Amino acid sequence: MLATALSDLWYGFGVALEPQNLMWCFVGVLVGNMVGVLPGMGPLATISVLLPLTFGIKPVGAILMLSGVFYGAQYGGAICSILLNLPCHPPHAVTCLDGFPLTKQGRGGAALGITVISSFVGASWGITEMIFLAPLLVRVALQFGPAEICSLMLLGLLAGSTLARGSPLKGIAMTLVGLLLGIVGTDIETGTPRFTFGLTSLFDGVELVGLALGLFGIAEFMKSVNQYSDINTRYSKVGIRDLRPSRDEFRRSIPAMLRGTIAGSLCSLIPGTGPTIASFISYAAEKKISKTPEKFGSGMIEGVACPEAATHSSVQGDFIPTMSLGIPGDAVMALILGALMIQGVIPGPQLIREHPDIFWGLIASFWIGNIILVILNVPLIGLWVKLLMIPYKYLYPSALFFVSIGVYSTNNDMFQVGETVAVGLVGYLLLLLDFHPASILLGFVLGPRFEENFRRSMLISRGDALVFLERPISAFFLFLCVVLILAQIYVRLRKPKAIAAAVPSLDAIGKEKLAPRGEAL
Amino acid sequence: MQNLLQKKDFYAGLLMVLLGAGVTLNSTTYNLGTLMHMGPGMFPFMLGIVMTFIGILIFISGLMTPLEDGERILPESMEWRGWICILAGPLMFILFGEYFGMVPATFMCVFVSALGDRTATLKGSAILAAGITIVGAFVFSYVLKVPFPLFRWSF
Repeated sequence: MLATALSDLWYGFGVALEPQNLMWCFVGVLVGNMVGVLPGMGPLATISVLLPLTFGIKPVGAILMLSGVFYGAQYGGAICSILLNLPCHPPHAVTCLDGFPLTKQGRGGAALGITVISSFVGASWGITEMIFLAPLLVRVALQFGPAEICSLMLLGLLAGSTLARGSPLKGIAMTLVGLLLGIVGTDIETGTPRFTFGLTSLFDGVELVGLALGLFGIAEFMKSVNQYSDINTRYSKVGIRDLRPSRDEFRRSIPAMLRGTIAGSLCSLIPGTGPTIASFISYAAEKKISKTPEKFGSGMIEGVACPEAATHSSVQGDFIPTMSLGIPGDAVMALILGALMIQGVIPGPQLIREHPDIFWGLIASFWIGNIILVILNVPLIGLWVKLLMIPYKYLYPSALFFVSIGVYSTNNDMFQVGETVAVGLVGYLLLLLDFHPASILLGFVLGPRFEENFRRSMLISRGDALVFLERPISAFFLFLCVVLILAQIYVRLRKPKAIAAAVPSLDAIGKEKLAPRGEAL
Repeated sequence: MQNLLQKKDFYAGLLMVLLGAGVTLNSTTYNLGTLMHMGPGMFPFMLGIVMTFIGILIFISGLMTPLEDGERILPESMEWRGWICILAGPLMFILFGEYFGMVPATFMCVFVSALGDRTATLKGSAILAAGITIVGAFVFSYVLKVPFPLFRWSF
């Protein structure tokens, strides 16, 4: 098994190192990092804005570029949270706790350096996991019939929507809205237009780019406009030399990094627990085993190393179900999967066999991309710091233009720009009601395949809905769904004491830190 | 009762129930089919029912939990200017793009949306818009070759 894995990986490096692919990966990391650094642009907004740029590229190049954008944006977010105390991306809320005090003490550069190393360590472990686990998962998943796929998708949807932040009920509600939006358009089997309100432009369905940019672009801008206080850049003068951590800091971070990596990869094994939860859990654990827990929050380098490693190892872990089963764990993965679908690649267990270049090329590009990230950030850190200072009032109008032209250029259709504005307005209203629109994307991307498999399995079983319980694997997935729901109810009922004690400041930090900024997931 | 009308969950639940009911009713206009041969209406029909149910649950959970401190549906300050300008920006893009081409569309989009900031001035917004227009025209028209004429006059 090791031999095949290594030869596949070798092949992957061959694909990823092709000059063209390498270039797209580089462009992705660079642009992702650049946009991600801008205050208020989380990875979701960044990927959505840059998504239209990838349509002209071949599938392999496009996915390499998008994943490059993704971790570039993530690292950009880390810069933003360490130097400015502004988490644009929830997993980084924890990094702020110790990262910003370090910046105040003049060690912000070192914290950034440690972040680069931690994310590299975390990601490397996640990638290794993916190399070995994904083919195994695929071998199992290839045996699945429509009923199993259907139950598995249900599990994925439930986990993705209930374990995210906010009320699980509202998460489910948003997933349902996403499923509904996925229905809009012509029914594949009968050709009947559904929920199109007679608009011919909707016959092809709602456009992924428009939906994502409406929800994570326009809605977020509406939320954040005039909310930004002056950004405090007093401490953020960081040069190339500052990036190097001292020997003591380095020595202290290594065990923390490794622990964070393990915590992150464990979290990624539980479907739906994304990087945010991983980073919080690892920080809490790190604090618990530390000899000086009281110093956490006042600038402990371990408090930066550990959650960053956890975030990245869990993010890489999230790619496993996304790429091998075609079931994304969160909105970012849904977006990447949606981009693949736009390219005409059908996600699912057959992906590795039919498009080995995409799968192995992607894996290899993770490493290459992470190395590019390290190399890029050393000389460019000064530039990033300058970008941090762009005021929001210049940022959002420019972003709105990129949103408009991006949506327009996907199909050269002005109607879709209007669609995006409408989605944005509705998304903002949903935000006001405490709905988190990220789950919409999850439902939207999985919806059509879910319906298709549901109809197919009912056809095979001759209309007998019990088929989902009679087939053992499917029954097992449904059992997990029930467990998930019961666990949620249990936790809700005894929430006040249990949760507050276990994860002390999760909600508090999340609210306090994210409230004034856009909650770009 | 007074409390209920201030609760987010009240409106959230109501919204989901209405949406669910609407979807369920609308889906009956398509062919439902049988469980074995599902028509185009069956899946949305089921979806609508589940939605309504979830809506009711949100509603109930809203009834059961006390009003949070400082819970309010509308944000503390009503940013009408910001909201209108943000929505108007892309709409300007559509309008001017449709009739005058990419350059006017870009300029108007950025200009109008930039006015949404409370400290924005006409001059500052115009300078920003001009800058973005130059960059945008270069990137999208020259580099990426988006089929969108820089200027046109289509009435």
